[in-house]
Amino acid sequence: MHKATILFIGFLITFATAWTGLVLLPARHYNAQAAQLPAASSADEALIDRGRQVYQANGCLYCHSQQVSPRHFRRDQERGWGERRTVSSDYLRDKIALLGTMRTGPDLANIGIRNPSASWHSIHLYDPQLTSPGSTMPPFRFLFEPVKDGAVADAFALPDGTRVAPTADARALVAYLLSLKHSQGEPPDAFEPPAK
Amino acid sequence: MTDSAHSSIDPVAIERSREERIRIDAAARGPLLHWLASAVFWLLLGTTLALAASVKLHDPEYLANHAWLTFGRVRPAHLNTMVYGWASAASVAVGLWIMARLCRAPLRHGWSLHFAAVLWNIGNAVGTWGILTGGSTSLEWLEYPSGTAPWLLAAFAVAMWQGVDMMRRRPPGHIYVSQWYLFASLFWFPLLYATAQVLLIWKPVAAPAQPPINWWFAHNVLGLWFTPVGLATAYYLIPKVLGKPIHSYYLSIIGFWSLAFFYAWNGMHHLIGGPYPAWLISVSVAASVMMLVPVLTVAVNHHFTMIGNFRALRWSPTLRFVVFAAMSYTLVSVQGSLTAIRAVNRVTHFTHYTVAHAHLGMYAFVTMMLFGAIYYMMPRLLNREWPSAALIRVHFWSCAIGVLFYWGTLSYGGIEQGLNLQKPDMPFLDIVARTLPYLRMRTWAGVLMTVGHLAFATSFLLMLFGKARATSTPTLFANPAAKPNPA
Repeated sequence: MHKATILFIGFLITFATAWTGLVLLPARHYNAQAAQLPAASSADEALIDRGRQVYQANGCLYCHSQQVSPRHFRRDQERGWGERRTVSSDYLRDKIALLGTMRTGPDLANIGIRNPSASWHSIHLYDPQLTSPGSTMPPFRFLFEPVKDGAVADAFALPDGTRVAPTADARALVAYLLSLKHSQGEPPDAFEPPAK
Repeated sequence: MTDSAHSSIDPVAIERSREERIRIDAAARGPLLHWLASAVFWLLLGTTLALAASVKLHDPEYLANHAWLTFGRVRPAHLNTMVYGWASAASVAVGLWIMARLCRAPLRHGWSLHFAAVLWNIGNAVGTWGILTGGSTSLEWLEYPSGTAPWLLAAFAVAMWQGVDMMRRRPPGHIYVSQWYLFASLFWFPLLYATAQVLLIWKPVAAPAQPPINWWFAHNVLGLWFTPVGLATAYYLIPKVLGKPIHSYYLSIIGFWSLAFFYAWNGMHHLIGGPYPAWLISVSVAASVMMLVPVLTVAVNHHFTMIGNFRALRWSPTLRFVVFAAMSYTLVSVQGSLTAIRAVNRVTHFTHYTVAHAHLGMYAFVTMMLFGAIYYMMPRLLNREWPSAALIRVHFWSCAIGVLFYWGTLSYGGIEQGLNLQKPDMPFLDIVARTLPYLRMRTWAGVLMTVGHLAFATSFLLMLFGKARATSTPTLFANPAAKPNPA
């Protein structure tokens, strides 16, 4: 056989082994699991979905993970980031698993349980220094607009007295954050036994 | 070396071989300069975005009032312009030129590569614009929005076809190791990119399957695209500059196939401690440690080729960049194998240490290798010499010191950050505050690298527009014939 042809077959075989193990098997496995999932819908689904898109568009994931590590491995659970580790089936209802790889900011896998206050998140997004002095999170003032007093229910006053209200994008983002409850309840399978 | 080995004695054959090289370089000139000039443009844009992102990490109010300049958009715009705009475009140019030289096949249908360069630039422009205006996918290394992939894939298909066309026209006989790496990577990259686009963006698989595919892709872009091109360059240029063959043919075979087999399985070490079954993570941890085989094989092979010739680093700009890059490859790979071990990863994962490691790979290895190759290629493509050795010296030292300082400070800061994350009583904002000095130092390292890039771009433009030195002798750091000062 032609030398280059033999090389070419070798390239394809080495590539195909890892493709089978790391792409095909996980895709088939989790697609099958997702197909068995009973349909669930919530009234806020469209809003939460829009919020997820705002989260993606503005790159929140470059500083915030959404996964709780096992108890014996990292101290996430003692930090209060979740009552148990997250397992793969915790993400089955998500459209995209935004696990993240950096913790420049705290983990958000269960932020909806840990801090359910919409107004706190709104103020924090507008200017993190107002709620968390010393934070290096950028302000997302461009997701807010100034309002006249009393006109909007979720408007808030700044230290200088002016009032701002979240735009539709900011409201959606807050709704998304409040929906993040990845390790709520028992693990959906026998991945890790519950804490004693 | 293929070019010279067959003609080492017969002067007629030497002349014929020289004429053949001139023909090959002339055919490559227009199309490959188009790709290189595009790459330099994206390098400068990516550098600007990098500096902005770096400052934002310690000064969050910097350029904070515009949505398109927020950190979470500037950072992926930086990464993608560098990965696709700069490094991939430069890799196509360098790879196809080495391929043409080694296949002794002058590039044909140059217009197709001009056309492909236009497509590639449109794709990067559409993608970067998309990220900055809020279309980022938030899939790491794949943030360009969905309209981008067809442009990039179409452009790359042309490059792939050109590489195959050269392989088909090569004279019968030996295939040099650089050709294996280049031939393989021309298939691996589009297979990786198309798989990731289809399964993550066009028709996304169930959410839990996405991160494994994302990291299979992101790690293999380095492992099966940039690394093969980088190693092919080192395997071609080190013997070329020194005028002696590579140390061992057999080692290069082991190095190639062990890389092809083990690197492809590495990606899941980005998910250690994540919500996945143990086998999926463990297979990548094992494969990552096994990467010691190809890495040490290549390191030994290059080292024994260099041995007795290290003085050439004093005068050859190409060799200085290439050897720096090859040493960085060994360093980053050994570091990667160690970082994949769970006991290390529990500390370093989720910290700035990973960012430092990524720059040791994509910059100290890949980018420095591409610089070295460009310093070798341009005088041959253009028949002129680099305008100034001083500019090249500024380029080398700014970038070399810059990236090592970057890696050193950010790695140290990242380890400290990781150890602090393991102290549940330390308030989170204290951990953040303690990373700030390292993040500021990283910005200064970035400034230094920017200086290097400006020196490089200046040389490149002077070269391109004919302001080169009027001389027939190459631009070197020192006279190779001169004896080093015995003092």
